[in-house]
Amino acid sequence: MKVSLFSTCLSDILFADVAKNTLEILERVGCEVDYPMEQTCCGQPAYNSGYLQEAKASMKQMMKAFRHSEYVVGPSGSCVSMLKEYPHIFKGDPEWEEEAKVFAAKCYEITEFLVDVMGITDLGSTFKGRVTFHSSCHMKRLLGVKEQPKILLRNVEGVELVDLPWEEDCCGFGGTFAVKNPVISQEMVSEKSRHVSETQAEYLVGADMGCLMNIGGRMEREGKKVKIIHITEILNTH
Amino acid sequence: MSIKIGEIPYKERIQNGIKDDFMRQAVSSAQGRFRTGRLTQAAELGNWEDWRDLGEEIRTHTLENLDYYLHQLSEQVARRGGHVFFAETAEEANQYVKSIIQKKQAKKVVKAKSMVTEEIGLNKALEEVGAEVVESDLGEWILQLDEDPPSHIVTPALHKNKQQIRETFAKKKGYTGSDTPEELAAFAREQLRQDFLSADVGVTGCNFAIAESGSITLVTNEGNAEMVTSLPDTVITVMGMERIVPTWEEMEVLVSLLTRAAVGQKLTSYITAITGAGLELEVDSPEEFHLVIVDNGRSKILGTEFQSALHCIRCAACINACPVYRHIGGHAYNSIYPGPIGAVITPLLEGYDDHKELPYASTLCAACTEACPVKIPLHEHLIRHRQIIVEKEKGPTAEKLMMKGFAAWASNPAIYNMSAKMAKPALGPWTKDGMIENGPGPLKAWTEVRDFYAPQGQSFRSWFKQRQKDGESK
Repeated sequence: MKVSLFSTCLSDILFADVAKNTLEILERVGCEVDYPMEQTCCGQPAYNSGYLQEAKASMKQMMKAFRHSEYVVGPSGSCVSMLKEYPHIFKGDPEWEEEAKVFAAKCYEITEFLVDVMGITDLGSTFKGRVTFHSSCHMKRLLGVKEQPKILLRNVEGVELVDLPWEEDCCGFGGTFAVKNPVISQEMVSEKSRHVSETQAEYLVGADMGCLMNIGGRMEREGKKVKIIHITEILNTH
Repeated sequence: MSIKIGEIPYKERIQNGIKDDFMRQAVSSAQGRFRTGRLTQAAELGNWEDWRDLGEEIRTHTLENLDYYLHQLSEQVARRGGHVFFAETAEEANQYVKSIIQKKQAKKVVKAKSMVTEEIGLNKALEEVGAEVVESDLGEWILQLDEDPPSHIVTPALHKNKQQIRETFAKKKGYTGSDTPEELAAFAREQLRQDFLSADVGVTGCNFAIAESGSITLVTNEGNAEMVTSLPDTVITVMGMERIVPTWEEMEVLVSLLTRAAVGQKLTSYITAITGAGLELEVDSPEEFHLVIVDNGRSKILGTEFQSALHCIRCAACINACPVYRHIGGHAYNSIYPGPIGAVITPLLEGYDDHKELPYASTLCAACTEACPVKIPLHEHLIRHRQIIVEKEKGPTAEKLMMKGFAAWASNPAIYNMSAKMAKPALGPWTKDGMIENGPGPLKAWTEVRDFYAPQGQSFRSWFKQRQKDGESK
């Protein structure tokens, strides 16, 4: 199966290991993976702030970059859900409407791709530790990917998965929300941090680095020892 | 009162909310209860998503044929002896109700809970013509005594605790009892009973008006709407023009969604229906019935991309699901319609000038959209509001420049590549053990609350290029 890796700009620039692990997992399960160098950002920072034209500039670049791809797979429910919105955003645009539809239909979040497309629920990974899972809002609500990451996590040998209280709640990141409404954001992320502590987990696992860097950054500030870890790091073990 | 509840600036309102420990505790535990209730009820139905689809379909159909159903409704109300008045503005609605009060020489008006009368400021208008107005919903009554605006559309006094309520009762009504809820409620019942018996006119809102029969239905748990509509001889119902269903069949579906989504109940204790006036077969039919149908900005929303905001059945499920609301409470929205639905409809009804922060008071987590029983895409409406605010903004702002920069960066791989390469060295001076505690420029606001992760090493794309090269040379 031919797959194009969508690294997300966040993982490309800040968390390269997340993209590396995603690439290696895809290769391990037999995919032929390429990485289109023309890719940039899904456009979400501009789109969610109300800057439609600026967002569209970014989105067009993404569609061009992945024009020849069969599958586009990335390690972020939020960024992939943005890609999936393109048909809605370019509706009525004679030049891009069709392409947006074709593009969105081939985009997948990594755990979704593994479970739903590849039919894989056990990667034969081993990871020792007590972990709790933060289900990110866009991944579960906009993309509709809820169970896939947990199915994969439960099949990792050595992982003790404990429920996160108020798991359904947002961590308070919300893109520019975190800097536009820092006071509310702080309350939200502090509450999330408390819930993570209650689980006594050593690791907070997630499938979106945006949320993880928000919660992890707050826990660092509070001097907590919990480590944030992207799900692909756990899955890419042997 | 109007939609806007005060003049306190946004940032101050947020601080007030966050500092109010009691309110936050009360809201948090109520949210927990309501949410669990909603999810339990949804699970018990088994096919909740099908119900939501049906709810959405009913609302869409009704709004798309609103003129037809409003016409049918008014014909039916008139046929059964009622009077119908269409009010384009809040003033027109208030004027009409005032004229009836004056004609009846009414001294006392009892009210059942109604958001639309809150919206048009009816109480104040009636007091101006000398009528005593008494709210009979317990929460609304407490707020009326305390001259405090509602902070939630279903449980308006959610932000008050029993000690505060006891004090209010003592100060305003000479209450001398304890702060146990039972004793407080018994006192309220005793007081309100006198008001029901002595009122000249009853005023209600409307949950669903049924076009086919000209009936008005009210959904309550306290039964006060029964009293308001059956004891006074004259009853006036004020309804937002969108609060209508074609037939009793659709009403049944929407009520099933409403009570489950609102408080996790299969059904409320009471559903009150009024059909016309002076009907011989109905023993509790009022002698005189007026239906005031209020536009007040709603028809401007029809036919726009915000039309689905009018699908709202005022269940507050979005408010109960909202993590932002949990921390700041209802008053922070400065609107009688708080939470996600409030952030969507307040700027539509009252304009952006006083409410431009509201569309940004959301992380776009979509918990609201997921909770909505009639599937209003609330978070999408918030994004659309943001787009309109950006379009309206004249001249350059720091944010506009930043976004222009974003577009240039994200549509040009060469610039993007450069930034990917430069990120780590550029942030080097602020980085300690892989973390940035006190970031420069745009990172400043971020690092006031939390640490920022410095780039791990080279960018993924540099690593990938190297890997390809190594592969080729092997």
